[in-house]
Amino acid sequence: MKISRRQFVKGGVAAFTVTFAAPEFLSDLARAQGAHVRNLVVLYLSGGNDALSLLVPYNDPFYYSRRPTIGVPAGSVLQIGSDSSKVALGLHPRLTGLKQIFDAGRLAFVQRTGYPNQTRSHFLGTDIWSTANPDNSTGLGWVGRYLDSLPSPVDPLVGWNTTSSLPHVLQASRVPVPAIASPAGYAFSSPNSGAEATAERNAAARISSHVPADQPELAFVYGSAQAAMATLDRVATVAQYAPSVAYPNTGFGQALRAVAGAMNKSIGTKVFYVTTGGFDTHSAQSVNQANGTYYGLMGTLNDGLIAFYNDLGNQGLLQDTLLVTFSEFGRRISENGSQGTDHGAASVMMVMGGRVNGGLYGTAPNLNNNDTKNPTLENAGGDVTFETDFRAVYAQIIDNWLGANSQALLGGSFRKPGLNFI
Amino acid sequence: MAKGASSRQIEHLLRRAGFGARADELDLYGAMSLSQAVDTLVNYDEVADSVDGFIGQPGYVGMTISGAFSPQSNINHSRQRWLFRMVHTDRPLQEKMTLFWHNHFATGYTKVAGALGTTEGARYMAAKPSEDPGKVRGQIEMLRDNALGNFRDILLNVAMDTAMLVWLDGRTNTKAQPQENFGREIMELFTMGVGHYTEPDVYAAARVFTGWNLTRVGSAADGSQHYEFVYNANQHETTAKTFSFPIYSDGSKTIPARSAAGGMQDGIDLINALAGNPNTGRYLAGKLWRFFVSEFADPDPGWVDRIASVYFSTSYDMKAVMREVLLSPQFWDHASTFARYSWPAEFVVRALKDIGWRGFSVNDALTPMSNMGMVLYEPPDVSGWDAGRTWFSTGAMLSRMNFAAQLTNNQKVNLLSAARPSGKTPDALLAYVLDELATAPLDASVTTELNNYLRATGAWTGTDAQIQAKTAGLMHLVAGSPEYQLV
Repeated sequence: MKISRRQFVKGGVAAFTVTFAAPEFLSDLARAQGAHVRNLVVLYLSGGNDALSLLVPYNDPFYYSRRPTIGVPAGSVLQIGSDSSKVALGLHPRLTGLKQIFDAGRLAFVQRTGYPNQTRSHFLGTDIWSTANPDNSTGLGWVGRYLDSLPSPVDPLVGWNTTSSLPHVLQASRVPVPAIASPAGYAFSSPNSGAEATAERNAAARISSHVPADQPELAFVYGSAQAAMATLDRVATVAQYAPSVAYPNTGFGQALRAVAGAMNKSIGTKVFYVTTGGFDTHSAQSVNQANGTYYGLMGTLNDGLIAFYNDLGNQGLLQDTLLVTFSEFGRRISENGSQGTDHGAASVMMVMGGRVNGGLYGTAPNLNNNDTKNPTLENAGGDVTFETDFRAVYAQIIDNWLGANSQALLGGSFRKPGLNFI
Repeated sequence: MAKGASSRQIEHLLRRAGFGARADELDLYGAMSLSQAVDTLVNYDEVADSVDGFIGQPGYVGMTISGAFSPQSNINHSRQRWLFRMVHTDRPLQEKMTLFWHNHFATGYTKVAGALGTTEGARYMAAKPSEDPGKVRGQIEMLRDNALGNFRDILLNVAMDTAMLVWLDGRTNTKAQPQENFGREIMELFTMGVGHYTEPDVYAAARVFTGWNLTRVGSAADGSQHYEFVYNANQHETTAKTFSFPIYSDGSKTIPARSAAGGMQDGIDLINALAGNPNTGRYLAGKLWRFFVSEFADPDPGWVDRIASVYFSTSYDMKAVMREVLLSPQFWDHASTFARYSWPAEFVVRALKDIGWRGFSVNDALTPMSNMGMVLYEPPDVSGWDAGRTWFSTGAMLSRMNFAAQLTNNQKVNLLSAARPSGKTPDALLAYVLDELATAPLDASVTTELNNYLRATGAWTGTDAQIQAKTAGLMHLVAGSPEYQLV
């Protein structure tokens, strides 16, 4: 029999799902985990978020004198009250959804988070926030270490990374966290169809099971192939998820839709990683213009999070979910000559979820750079200095949400009194 | 496309110094000694740069182009052209080094396009002077022209490159408000590496490059109007700049105050200092080790010293450096073969060379590559792709397996005619496929599974239908195997 070029080109690649005989423990474990799961969503704002445009100290005159073109006018912020140091704060005007969540008591801001001698390097900074280790940021991710601490066998779908490559946060020594950018695209293709295709898929699954323990570099690739083959069918169920609200058609919105779907389908995932980028706003930051860069970043963030929050609420999943944000650094207080901001130091972290004690934690910086003794600033008054070590936020989540031991995972005691957002 | 065991060293060389081996490359380099082969690869300027002329001709990989082919203004066309070059170039090391520099000076199309528009974005990334009305040379063409050039000259070209001046905001670097973006990254990512500069160095470097901006020249009427580098003397900050590391050969760490008119020399002095800094030689050597020698072993300190010493003794001549890399015992060490995780571009192009390209369009590789984590002209940030294990998330691994399925499906007719003589028995077919797709050594358990697959759907009949299905299926499994992902 001859197959003409036209026939097979027209037929394209046969994408199919057949029942794959995953080891029985996988699905059992997933069910068991699904019954008791508490979800953690880690959201990375890549590029260094300008916290002073997100959470605005709108009564600080130095905010406006140091940001003459990019300061958010006091009249347009969404006021959310004052922190314990009596500094009045307002959200960026595009964050109307986050204002709703804050008003419902389910959103916490932890101000001036960072660490001593904070790096202004994107890459070192991201590694430090990912490993929770400012002294040696080449090791495993802090969430990866948590996954490694789970009892064996660990189901690969215990984590779900919505980007195409593995972020440092999720790097673990024994758990190959799947990268699933789109559940619908997560299927096995074959040049053949029918029984031939089934035979190929079975062969691929069996090949991937022969992990060569004596070759760790090759074994890593095997681990990914094996995890992919073992998770195809469950991820396919997530592709069928019908959310209760419309998610924005942004990469961020669609990633959150997949996360909600994975929760709804109870496939056993406990940790999700989501990112939205573009925060490296060195020039034309355009905080206040409806089509401006930072305004758009806030739009993407707000619209994705409010859809996610409402969907989880409608699905009865909000109580099981905690989302935490991080970014590698905050930005310089004074705007630069390009109507943007350069790399800075401390920033703001957000924590959102159905069991979160919302509110304003920590204190805002005083932006007065004429006062050389101003303890809230560093770098000759150029940058915001940290008040809360970011590891204190991680520790609170590890201990009070994940039910693990923060001292063991972070290599020290970082809990901070009063930081009881969960 | 038969590849004998004697060609294993040439295959290793071409996987690293190129993107795998076509049959004609195996014939060409296989007739040489290894040192002749290395010399031929590094002296690529003695080989005609004719690859672009093959585009659209029969016998070569296809493209999907609607309207006029416009790689100088349409980034999709630029991407297709680069993949075409990787498959068909007769100067493989030039394309490989261009990719190395693209990752090293990682500049993303989207920001340039966001600032200047999509056609201008493609232009400043990918235009060849010969095809642009304003003779614009895009960043990748500049890097390609200097692929084995002098590193100090490359740095200077990069500092004056239009796309870079947009990407790292140099175009807005003025004396009133120095812009730190480029000043930081030229030290952290392009030369010395993190840990070898201080925050005050960043502020000083920003001031050094004040006035290194863009200007618009040419005529709108004939389409030649374009942005190009300009030194804006009236935007240069003229006071002295002091660094934590030596700038001049006498050990002085201070760039003196200069007149505005002469202030461009500040940047040249800093670039000279960075090119000549001892940390730069070691930093580049470490990156070359991981890209060309091994990701599985840490850089050999003696090797790094030797490569750095060639770098300095030849005044930063990358041709001499790469010749040393490719002739080094560490490069040829058995432990270095298949000791790298292939980048998506390496995997895709090698698969095309191994499995076949006639009737395939490189456009159909772009979305799969994106799913594997790599979009040409679009590194994720200025530090380039994370590479290594990060290429192998489950989704990315699945994308590689699925690209192998897509390509073998597309090549079924060609595969049948090539495999038919080997189709008399399953064993003969397996031997044929494993000869075509050289992988890192396969464990016996894997070949057992491949044998089982060949026999899984019934007795061997040797019909064309069976040979076709099994050849495509087998090549899919092998190209999608973990071993094939190593280069």
